[in-house]
Amino acid sequence: MRRYFGRKLLVYALTFAVAVTVNWMIPRFMPGDPVASMLARANVSQPQAVEAMRTYYTNLFGLDEPLWRQYLNFWGALFRGDFGTSIWVFPTPVSTVIMGAVPYTLGLMIPSVLLSYFVGNRIGAYAARRKLLDNTVLPVGYVLTATPYMWLAVLLAWGLGVVAGVFPVAGGYSFSIRPSLSADFLLDLLHHWVLPFFSLFLVALGGWAIGMRNMIIYELESDYSNYLSALGAPQRLIRRYAFRNAMLPQITGLALQLGVLVAGALVTEIVFAYPGLGSLILKAIQNQDFFLLQGIFLFIVLGVLIANFVIDIVYVLVDPRTRTGMAGASA
Amino acid sequence: MSLRVTDLRVHYKTLKGDVRALDGVSFDVGDGEILGLAGESGCGKTTLGKSLIRMDGRMRHVGGKVELDGEELPIGDDRRMNPFRFHKVSLVPQYSMSAMNPTRKIGRMVGELLRSRGVALDQATLESRLDLVGLPREVLQRYPIELSGGMKQRMVMVISTLLDPSLLIADEITSALDVSTQKSVATALAGFRESGVVKSMVFITHDLSLTYQIADTIMVMYAGKLAEKAPAKTMVEAPRHPYTKLLIDSLPEVGVRHTERRLAGIAGSPPSLLDPPAGCRFRDRCPLAFDRCAQEPPPVEVEPGHVVACWKADA
Amino acid sequence: MTALQEVATRKPPASASVRREALYFALRNPKLLIGAAIVLLFLLAGLVGPLLVSATPNEYVGKPMDPPSSEYWFGTTTFGQDVFAQFVHGLRTTFLVGVLGGGIAAIVGMMVGFVAGYRGGLVDEVLNMITNIILVLPALAVLLIINAYLGIRSVGAQALFIGLTSWPWAARAIRAQTFSLRGRDFVDLARLSGANTWKIITREIGPNMSSYLLLTFILLFGNSILIASSLDFIGLGPTEGVSLGLMLQNASQWSAMQLGLWWWFIPPGAAITAIVGALYVANVGLDEVFNPKLRQT
Repeated sequence: MRRYFGRKLLVYALTFAVAVTVNWMIPRFMPGDPVASMLARANVSQPQAVEAMRTYYTNLFGLDEPLWRQYLNFWGALFRGDFGTSIWVFPTPVSTVIMGAVPYTLGLMIPSVLLSYFVGNRIGAYAARRKLLDNTVLPVGYVLTATPYMWLAVLLAWGLGVVAGVFPVAGGYSFSIRPSLSADFLLDLLHHWVLPFFSLFLVALGGWAIGMRNMIIYELESDYSNYLSALGAPQRLIRRYAFRNAMLPQITGLALQLGVLVAGALVTEIVFAYPGLGSLILKAIQNQDFFLLQGIFLFIVLGVLIANFVIDIVYVLVDPRTRTGMAGASA
Repeated sequence: MSLRVTDLRVHYKTLKGDVRALDGVSFDVGDGEILGLAGESGCGKTTLGKSLIRMDGRMRHVGGKVELDGEELPIGDDRRMNPFRFHKVSLVPQYSMSAMNPTRKIGRMVGELLRSRGVALDQATLESRLDLVGLPREVLQRYPIELSGGMKQRMVMVISTLLDPSLLIADEITSALDVSTQKSVATALAGFRESGVVKSMVFITHDLSLTYQIADTIMVMYAGKLAEKAPAKTMVEAPRHPYTKLLIDSLPEVGVRHTERRLAGIAGSPPSLLDPPAGCRFRDRCPLAFDRCAQEPPPVEVEPGHVVACWKADA
Repeated sequence: MTALQEVATRKPPASASVRREALYFALRNPKLLIGAAIVLLFLLAGLVGPLLVSATPNEYVGKPMDPPSSEYWFGTTTFGQDVFAQFVHGLRTTFLVGVLGGGIAAIVGMMVGFVAGYRGGLVDEVLNMITNIILVLPALAVLLIINAYLGIRSVGAQALFIGLTSWPWAARAIRAQTFSLRGRDFVDLARLSGANTWKIITREIGPNMSSYLLLTFILLFGNSILIASSLDFIGLGPTEGVSLGLMLQNASQWSAMQLGLWWWFIPPGAAITAIVGALYVANVGLDEVFNPKLRQT
């Protein structure tokens, strides 16, 4: 088990290092003087801001120093929690801007991912080897997984928001309300949350249902299922075992899907102008705010790595074999 | 008579037509008898084993019947067959290495299995059975992956026989084990018969020498039909069917010394069971084949307990 | 294991008969047929459609916000662009990104998977580590950074980077398959007869899992289309030309929902869903064709 976690942590550490290195390297691949071109591309109106940024960037990039020093400085700044300053909302530090958006993204992602995961797995397990249900779950599931996240979001916003007028289609809360802990505000928050949540939930649902269905069928054909059948055990017991064992690859599957789920959340937020990281990315791109973009990138990577680690821990808790130390999960 | 199989026909449904995996097989197994079932792969021995307990989806019971302790087994009817499974007929499968749920502690799995069949777990019986096969009681607290191959095999044997079935089918159970483990597993299996846990047993294997060590009677099948059935000693020392003779000759050691003789495989391969030719199915490979083999040779009891399906059995 | 399989393998495994059998099942598999038909239909629309419309996709041709009519089948945008013209040109881009991105990912995945699976040992360890790292990195986030900084705005470059970030799961799957083939007789035979690694991989192992590779490519193809559409939607799509994702971005950016211009945002999304969904379903069908165990008798 120690070896299992050791290996995982090594991969995560290396991944983070790669992400940071990419982050450091990319601006240096930009043609010409990165500082000048960044300033030129940035939409900054205040002249004093431009000057402040020039000194700031030159210092930060430390372009007169040798490369390895620049690289180390970059890491140093990172460990001090210094992600640079946003151009779009100059001079707010990037980390502050991101922190303002993170709760919205997490508030959207965590419930939708977990709920779609549990509901999808249940549906898939239930459909497997039940002809009638299978014939409906399977096509619907495939259509849902094939749906681009933003398209379903657009459809829901249009249908339930614009046409039916049941839900608001933009923002995290109404402009007329000031954020506070009042019931009014929370209700308004919830009201704005429903559609993006539901959109994320639906698209992810299909994939889990299909994955579980296929895994269950595989497990129902496994040797232990056959043995139990030969001994006349009821389907109920066999299915229960199959479900439990099929969950294991599905947990690994959740880890593998994290990147896709994050991407889905980002574009869904953009559709609903939901004030999370996705909308922030759009702003950063539109305003050529590269520091903000880089900060968001590192944040997403970090978030995905942490989520991966949590999933690893869950896996160990669920699969006895990793605990006995006889075999590690290969994933 | 514990098990009586009469003219059993089981086919596999395929897109090209029916594969006649079992094409009219009759035999008896007496109380306390261990029947060794041997033959090349594809001869129908595994199909026979499956037919006696649980057919897979593509198998069809086409004809003949199976009686156990005077009661007919509804082998073609999965649901009606269920009450017999585990209680009356049980199986030690060839996939014993992976027959236990990998994510349940063995003891818990056994408990859940028994409860699902409406039987309370009798801890004392379970422990005495573990002693019988020489497994420590701690295995119940372990996951299958923590056991060695031989231990898993013996654990599955214990599980399968917990309800004292009348008939136990052991299907190629030793093929995944090394030679020394093979022997101890076979001995443990015979122990179940000695202690009266199971009444009779069908021991399926392609390994004639191993069969000889534990079986009372050996039955050799060829291409979906019975070729020869005889007491173990007779089968090895005085086989009558040319196929059996060749099979015995091709073994390195079966109690008899064969030091001088070369190992000889049997040239050719069995006919397709999709549309088998009329007459004796071994004809094309048989060194003794003659005109009459174009007609199918019926199984004939040449001496008490010795059945041969060959026109030249008397020779 | 069963008598049936043994009987089946006894026949000489002539590759021609295997292929004929695959074709037999392929022509009788509704999932494969329906899936393939839908994909081909859209491909055809993408190939022929642009020849039928005279307008270039971004040209202002008619009255703004016109609903679908006999003149403009899919109506017009807020600027009076022909949505149908954009749609058929967008289909081209989508297929191009799918083929290029999926193809590049498949090639990288095969290289890494074959070499890691066949060589094993330290090579495997290193490649595995690299694969795992890229697997954990969220692809879209990486693409965001790369595209934004380097200003990548051509379909080809977009596909290249999508391909370079989406191969890891394919590599892992192929590695596992290769690993199981490595010990087979025919590979041993080739090794004994002095074939080098490259030859063994391309002549023995590759052809033996060609069906599996095809399935992998189809999934990568669909995946690549989805990633590209997300990138386009965020605003990192190709600047010249159109794509289905770009259409969705424009529709969203210019408030098509609020204005009720459903003809602007429904066709591109529906096409992506249909193509990718059909690819997935066809993939399941193909799997059943190649893998007799999955066939329902």
